[in-house]
Amino acid sequence: MTTLKIRTERLTRCEGHGRLILRAADGGPPAVSWEINESPRFFEAMMRGRPWLDAHVLASRVCGICSVSHLFASLQATEAAFGIVPSAQTLLLRKLLYAGEMLESHMLHIYLLAGPDFFGAGSVIPLLEKDPEAVMPGLRLKRLGNEIMERIGGRSIHPQSPTLAKWLRLPAKETLRHLRGRLDDAMPDIQAAVRLFRGVPVPAFSRPTEYIALKHPPEYALLGGHIHSTDTGAHPLDDYLAVTNEYVAPPSTAKFTRHARTSYAVGALARLKVNYDLLHPLAKQVAQELGVAPSSCNPFMNTLAQIVECAHEIEEAGGLIDRLLQDGLREEDPAIPVAPGRGVGAVEAPRGLLVHDYTYDGSGRITHANLIIPTGQNNGSIRDDLEALVAANPGMGEDELRRLCEMLIRSYDPCVGCASH
Amino acid sequence: MRPRVAVFDLTCCEGCELQILNCEEELPDLVAALDIVEFREAMTGRVDDCDIAFIDGACSRRSEVAALKEIRRRSKMVIPIGSCAHLGNVNCLKNPYPMEELAAEEFGPGADIDTIPARPISAVIPIDYFIPGCPIVKDEFLRVVEELLAGRMPRQPDNPVCAECKAAENVCVFDLKRTCLGPVTRGGCAATCVTAGAVCWGCRGFIDDPNIAAERLILRQAGLSAGDIAASFNLFNACQEAVWK
Repeated sequence: MTTLKIRTERLTRCEGHGRLILRAADGGPPAVSWEINESPRFFEAMMRGRPWLDAHVLASRVCGICSVSHLFASLQATEAAFGIVPSAQTLLLRKLLYAGEMLESHMLHIYLLAGPDFFGAGSVIPLLEKDPEAVMPGLRLKRLGNEIMERIGGRSIHPQSPTLAKWLRLPAKETLRHLRGRLDDAMPDIQAAVRLFRGVPVPAFSRPTEYIALKHPPEYALLGGHIHSTDTGAHPLDDYLAVTNEYVAPPSTAKFTRHARTSYAVGALARLKVNYDLLHPLAKQVAQELGVAPSSCNPFMNTLAQIVECAHEIEEAGGLIDRLLQDGLREEDPAIPVAPGRGVGAVEAPRGLLVHDYTYDGSGRITHANLIIPTGQNNGSIRDDLEALVAANPGMGEDELRRLCEMLIRSYDPCVGCASH
Repeated sequence: MRPRVAVFDLTCCEGCELQILNCEEELPDLVAALDIVEFREAMTGRVDDCDIAFIDGACSRRSEVAALKEIRRRSKMVIPIGSCAHLGNVNCLKNPYPMEELAAEEFGPGADIDTIPARPISAVIPIDYFIPGCPIVKDEFLRVVEELLAGRMPRQPDNPVCAECKAAENVCVFDLKRTCLGPVTRGGCAATCVTAGAVCWGCRGFIDDPNIAAERLILRQAGLSAGDIAASFNLFNACQEAVWK
């Protein structure tokens, strides 16, 4: 008897180091495992002793793709610990900066990381060589996301202008007007993305599970709110530990989580399930054109759900700029009442729910930090999906099966470096 | 012949690799000028050798020591990109802890985790150049690529951040009653952090001949104790902390 063994040493087109291991004996059901072999950086230990003044500067370094998400989760945790409520102006600027990150991160995933799977390519390079005009709308939207971050935050990766309860350098009105114009011009590129991805072969697969996302009506929740589970309903943010239940799964160097079932999913599809009604009408139209239904339990649809969110964020960013221009921007210098205490901050990073939880001592230094990462939460769902996907495709050739499994993992837009942190 | 270029990543946030992908407008020209043969984060496939290896990330595992020696063996030129690869960066903040203690705290008692004190690439293998920054500056990366394509070694900027901060017409951070590492930090970033309203945390490392005594003096005049200085400015330079002693 021969043993069929498929082993992918590493997953490509993905942030960080993960690997898919697929083993199957002749005639028997295959066994699949998803392992994280990323080098852990021990951020929770690195954050101990950090003063509040630069805790967010360090926290941002957890991730290069979603540095703004980590920055904001960090600032929110510190603000919650000190009892600070940021001004409406600061919150508007944060939402605008975040719109840039979501647009950039999603377009990176849609066109460069996951997209090539739909076209049978190993990367965007052959697609660029073959038909640059098909790829350029995605690259232009990615550039727009980066430009929003550069002009509002100082730069696109690890932006410097956001800090506790204020903005260190306010954008000029001309900058805001310029970005408003850029956003007005962006919809044709979203429509090009819809045309490109409308007919792509999305593998037929469905596995209903528990979906978790922030909820904060009347907003499509991204920077705050309470935790909502499609199985168990509302949970206060401060009870996040009872929802996430992290556990170690050797030999993976990232944790897994579980709640009502063996696993749950976070990310664009989960957000659509929890907050679909709160999308801009234009984003809902994009969802219909792409065939993305909030009832879908097909993880491969996550990539298309990200296009829907990009349409939403372009609309959202335009409205935010209008409000900032209408209200006017003023310098702020709020007092920072440093005090011992604990605070929890949560945002929807592009790939799902992200929590930072800090405890401060009386001198304003962190004594304890805990980070819950989107991909850590998706790890269990990826594992369970892989098992179901393999079971649903008996007799599929090993190369084809391996490609399908890799495509499934990429649909989650994993950020493995974050997950290990 | 287009140079065969590979991008590798070790312990890091991969932000510096993303800066390469953030060259959206230049990407078509970049992939035409360079034969990108391996880039795990952006493409499927791997090769045995290359002309230029860009490495993102610090070395903080035994397996990464081995990987670096292998990369050196199969690459004509090795260029660390970003503060993690260049300096060890924030990863070095874990170094004061015993490694087994860190592993046990995070993964449970007796966890078998391959982790060693973080170090720059140059502490493990010889390097041919480096691109500093957390993250790297896109234009600097493109300039380095242009120079290499022209067959020249790029010139490393060796002016302090202060020179560029003056050119950007920023008010000096010290005049705003804050403290900054600009006077001793390698420029090339157009003082982006001060321009954005923050201070220079020294992510690009020290210039070749930094006047540490003078920097220490102005930090003390600004009210920082020796302990404050090391604690405040170890963020990106924990592996270089000894300079303050």
